[in-house]
Amino acid sequence: MATSRKASATKSRSSTKSKVATKKSKARTTNIFTPEQDIDAYREMLMIRRFEEKAGQMYGMGLIGGFCHLYIGQEAVVIGISMAINEGDQFITSYRDHGHMLALGMDPKGVMAELTGRRGGYSKGKGGSMHMFSREKNFYGGHGIVAAQVPIGTGLAFSNKYLGNGAVSVTFYGDGASNQGQIYESFNMAKLWSLPVLYVVENNQYAMGTSIARASSNMDLSQRGASFGIPGEKVDGMNVCAVKEASARALEHCRSGKGPFILEMMTYRYRGHSMSDPAKYRSKEEVQKMRAEHDPIEQVRARLLSSKTSSEADLKDIDKNIRAIVAEAAEFAQSDAQPDPSELYTDILIELDA
Amino acid sequence: MPIQVLMPALSPTMEEGKLSKWLVKVGDAVASGDVIAEIETDKATMEIEAVDEGKIGRIFIEEGTDNVAINTPIAVILADGEDESAIDEMASNAAPAPVETPTAAIEPAVTETSVSSVVVEADPEIPSGTEMVSLTIREALRDAMVEEMRRDEAVFVMGEEVAEYQGAYKVTQGLLDEFGDKRVVDTPITEHGFAGLGVGAAFGGLKPVVEFMTFNFAMQAIDHIINSAAKTLYMSGGQMGCSIVFRGPNGAAARVAAQHSQDYAAWYAAIPGLKVVSPYSASDAKGLLKAAIRDPNPVIFLEHEMLYGHSFDVPVLDDFVIPLGSAKILRQGADVTLVSYSNGLTYTLGAADELAAEGINAEVIDLRSIRPLDMATIITSVKKTGRIVTIEEGWATCGIGAEISARVVSEAFDYLDAPPTRISSEDVPMPYAANLEKLALPSVDEIVVAAKAVCYA
Ligand SMILES: Cc1ncc(C[n+]2csc(CCOP(=O)(O)OP(=O)(O)O)c2C)c(N)n1
Ligand SMILES: [Mg+2]
Repeated sequence: MATSRKASATKSRSSTKSKVATKKSKARTTNIFTPEQDIDAYREMLMIRRFEEKAGQMYGMGLIGGFCHLYIGQEAVVIGISMAINEGDQFITSYRDHGHMLALGMDPKGVMAELTGRRGGYSKGKGGSMHMFSREKNFYGGHGIVAAQVPIGTGLAFSNKYLGNGAVSVTFYGDGASNQGQIYESFNMAKLWSLPVLYVVENNQYAMGTSIARASSNMDLSQRGASFGIPGEKVDGMNVCAVKEASARALEHCRSGKGPFILEMMTYRYRGHSMSDPAKYRSKEEVQKMRAEHDPIEQVRARLLSSKTSSEADLKDIDKNIRAIVAEAAEFAQSDAQPDPSELYTDILIELDA
Repeated sequence: MPIQVLMPALSPTMEEGKLSKWLVKVGDAVASGDVIAEIETDKATMEIEAVDEGKIGRIFIEEGTDNVAINTPIAVILADGEDESAIDEMASNAAPAPVETPTAAIEPAVTETSVSSVVVEADPEIPSGTEMVSLTIREALRDAMVEEMRRDEAVFVMGEEVAEYQGAYKVTQGLLDEFGDKRVVDTPITEHGFAGLGVGAAFGGLKPVVEFMTFNFAMQAIDHIINSAAKTLYMSGGQMGCSIVFRGPNGAAARVAAQHSQDYAAWYAAIPGLKVVSPYSASDAKGLLKAAIRDPNPVIFLEHEMLYGHSFDVPVLDDFVIPLGSAKILRQGADVTLVSYSNGLTYTLGAADELAAEGINAEVIDLRSIRPLDMATIITSVKKTGRIVTIEEGWATCGIGAEISARVVSEAFDYLDAPPTRISSEDVPMPYAANLEKLALPSVDEIVVAAKAVCYA
């Protein structure tokens, strides 16, 4: 059964290929970063990783409840894109959102305190891990319903065009989400009305326990916009340089009035889907191979060392600083008070001034 | 300072686990990300990883130890340059890891009501002398599906993660092995699509059991449930029957916030053309699911995540089917009628115990069926007690309690000694914070207070 599905996947892929002129990724694995950019990328990716490790640990201590989806392994995607966006561009994503918030410069203390459900959290403790927002940093959530963020991100792009503010809405979703119908309804409107939206599929190969091959008739997610005339491209999402380079071009496309663009980021999550997923649907070797050969942080680290931009001691210092920031966030998230009981009834409707 | 490794909580409902295996020994170097041990939780075997670099300094809990409470120190990792003496120093400084009550994560209102407090009146559905076996709700639901699939080739199960993953909440465990991938179908994440496809398959003569991972996601599919499944029989002048079950967990789980915690009973109960069932006990879960699968109409079958692991006695019978549409008296009493369903009964039965201790005998009714609603059982009880309190996890406005109150007032007005009273969730989206979530849900205390108020006690 699995083989026949795969066969049909390849067939439909080649049949849609000719429809839209698309640039195939030209294996841009060369270093296009300056030493300063490499250090920035290293620091920011490591920040996400250390934050997520801490979150995982705090979940284990019962300090974080409910569902908690870690971003470990996928760091290069949000950091590469955040290096290419303009001030004012928006991010919107699913429940796997901690990395996106840190990439936009949201305060780790506020994010961690939301994870523990405290009053200093970005949603005052009312949203939790999956539902966080910041108007100030142009982060529009944090959405718990698979794919629901995609029409909403398209609507942000509608408002950008309407207001003529020059911003692009960067709308993230998963490989599993790409089978939801509302994504295709969004594609149609986005292309029809030339909306400035960059669709970023974070293809980490799995939707919970279902591999992409078991859920998708056509596995080339970059070509899912073909029938709407939306160009797309596959990118090595473990390589922060490749991500930055491709997203800079794609953002330019969206900003110049040509409408939407799709980037399929080939990436991988190292941990289970959420904290309670034993991840028995894939082999340890598969995970180990990814970690050993494609780790986004290790790639930059190796480059920094081999080019002698940084010494082991420099990198240890960076790690130390990051650990201190994360420890401070964790400390705040534990010492901050729970929301006041009266908060139960606030923020349901905006009160009109009398 | 050496770093303590604590027994981790690995699911929203875990309180303790078994340390099944150590993958490292004292003296081993570990880096962050290395798997150091395997732990069995209430749901699965999980691996735990080191988050710090160093060397295993000591192991406190031997492998094979059962019932290790979360947050118990299980090992110590020594940082660069530290040796054993640092561990003893740490012990004498005696400020172990930052620990907040670990139960914070699982606190919401599932006070463990001991099931034995349920005074089930001789159950007319179960012949006296029938052998009973203790099953969890999860197992009872699975057994119901297995029996119906064996009985009728037209029955098949589909949904997200139902086959290879064995169900996101393990309700469909073992189905793929017995029935194969023709009859146990993993779908892509496409609720609107597969709900509509299920309706088409039912029109085509099959009997789909469509699992929603939770009913929150059925919102994506609600158009097909209502416009296609519920209305087509009528619009086709009786030709297009749609024998389908939509099932899955409903209501408030623990700490998953507004988009993942909602009780949809009142939504579906409003729709002519649907039947709506929401069991509390394992025997009802089994008997009602079997009836739902056989029913020629679309049935919404609302389960509850917080109840999946609870065990109850289930009769050992070849074919135990409970007809849809009848309520059940869980406990007899003459002072006040308490009506609830699903996990609402967890609070309700707790309240009935407390009331009994204060000399108030509550009659507890488990609705089981929300549509059709067994008003006869409710009215008979109200005629005896003269008082009624309804309890639900949904919102009060246009809720199940509102419907029952209206009908009690019109059908038994003269028997009432006090106004019907509703206990429900607060009129707010479900908050994430532990303290607010607790305040948002119904509680034993609220029910006790309401019951005393209508008894003027
Ligand atoms: C509409 C809906 N259906 C199902 C779910 C349950 N669910 C949460 S995440 C998930 C898998 C999504 O996978 P993918 O889109 O690949 O994102 P990833 O988790 O890999 O980041 C599922 C099925 C949900 N939250 N919403
Ligand atoms: Mg995925």
